[in-house]
Amino acid sequence: MAEGRKRENYLGIKGWVRAGRYGLERYLYFLQRLTGFGLIIYLLIHLYETSFRLRGEVTWEGVMGLFDQPVFAVLEYVVMAAFIFHALNGLRLVIEELGFALGKPRRPVYPYETSLQRQRPFMWAIGVLIIVFLVVSLYDFLV
Amino acid sequence: MFTEEQIITFKVQRFDPERDQGPYLKEYHVPYTQGLTVLDGLYYIKEKLDGSLAFRASCRMAVCGSCGMFINGKPHLACHTQITELESTVLEIRPLPNYSVIKDLVCDFTPLFAKHKAIKPYIIRREAGEIDNPTREFLQSPAELESYLQFSYCMKCGLCLAACPTAATDRNFLGPQALGQAYRYCADSRDDGLAERVKEIDHAHGVWRCHLAGACSEACPKGVDPALGIQLLKRQVVLRAVGLGKGRKLAAVVPPPSGQAKPRVEAPPFTVPRAKAEIAAGDSRS
Ligand code: HEM
Ligand code: SF4
Ligand code: FES
Repeated sequence: MAEGRKRENYLGIKGWVRAGRYGLERYLYFLQRLTGFGLIIYLLIHLYETSFRLRGEVTWEGVMGLFDQPVFAVLEYVVMAAFIFHALNGLRLVIEELGFALGKPRRPVYPYETSLQRQRPFMWAIGVLIIVFLVVSLYDFLV
Repeated sequence: MFTEEQIITFKVQRFDPERDQGPYLKEYHVPYTQGLTVLDGLYYIKEKLDGSLAFRASCRMAVCGSCGMFINGKPHLACHTQITELESTVLEIRPLPNYSVIKDLVCDFTPLFAKHKAIKPYIIRREAGEIDNPTREFLQSPAELESYLQFSYCMKCGLCLAACPTAATDRNFLGPQALGQAYRYCADSRDDGLAERVKEIDHAHGVWRCHLAGACSEACPKGVDPALGIQLLKRQVVLRAVGLGKGRKLAAVVPPPSGQAKPRVEAPPFTVPRAKAEIAAGDSRS
């Protein structure tokens, strides 16, 4: 073996995104990350945008006028949707990462049942909750 | 779909660091025979078609953990994967991702073993004497055994790190193998090593790097469920940090039974008898 002539084979960011035929949890992992970063970006833009309020009423009204377009209403809903997903899936992660809802260790008898399969009812319940919140907030945006 | 003498296409990733600029796929044709595993196919290639192919294997029975590879986009043991279960006559076989490739399908497991060693994979007791020169026995109930037994089946095949998205970007992440084993020892009633192991696992590349993608548990060929071990380990670390979790009592040390008849202990339903009973009961998965 030629020491030092190995070829690194780490998947990199592609490894986050491409979850292939793995379970849904691996996709949620990436979505949690994506929405988390998205919310940070939104937070920065939001701080910059609202800072115009410091420059007085007129500037503020002007800036607000720029956002008075349907595109921004849609974008606002996207941010809301990202937040809903991130918060509720985050709640699931907090609970599960403390070892709850995963079941107890058991003997590995084939075909194996993993803790991921045991948390699925809880995961689907969170999923339903996410959809309910998405629909309610969509209704809120439309009327 | 599969008949004798049907030809299976093996697209195998080749790479020789001495010669090649980069990896490439090479195609081989292997005749199907009943019960053909991916490893059988690779041996066929090596013996009959191309002796220069490098791969690692030993036991051929999912025990040694040598033959892990990336087969049709997922990590599998080559010896434990029948062609029929892949439901395709074209196979794409690559080395396990998230390691370095030494040659062809052989990856460098040095980091995996170093991480395993880092978490102190052995029973730790304050009175070290009893571990080094045992004079007595530890008492452990079947329930206490169950709490860690599942994790003790790990054979260090490294498939879990190949499946893990976190290991894809953080090469210092201890990973499901080592963290699962850290829990295997921390959960053992004979062990008193959590305080010592916390130094190795309670950091940015330790338990907290795990974000529960769960792919490790899906990939593990031994049913170890490392994801479960890591979450339970997080709980232990948190309980310890907030000053709770002192409830667990250490296994007592008792003199070995001398002379008198051994008590009869009812055997729990082990894997083999239970599987046999299921087969006898007409369960067709065999
Ligand atoms: C109720 C509100 C929120 C809850 C319950 C929540 C929950 C969580 C949880 C549990 C994680 C860790 C998940 C894991 O272990 O994989 C996480 C990650 C993260 N969160 Fe939040 N979060 C909330 C709001 C926010 C907001 C408002 C932002 C941005 C300003 C944000 C940005 C992030 C980022 C960047 C990550 C890291 C993602 C990663 O490393 O994969 N979160 N969140
Ligand atoms: S936990 Fe499973 S997949 Fe990971 S090294 Fe151990 S046996 Fe292999
Ligand atoms: S050859 Fe030993 S596990 Fe496959």
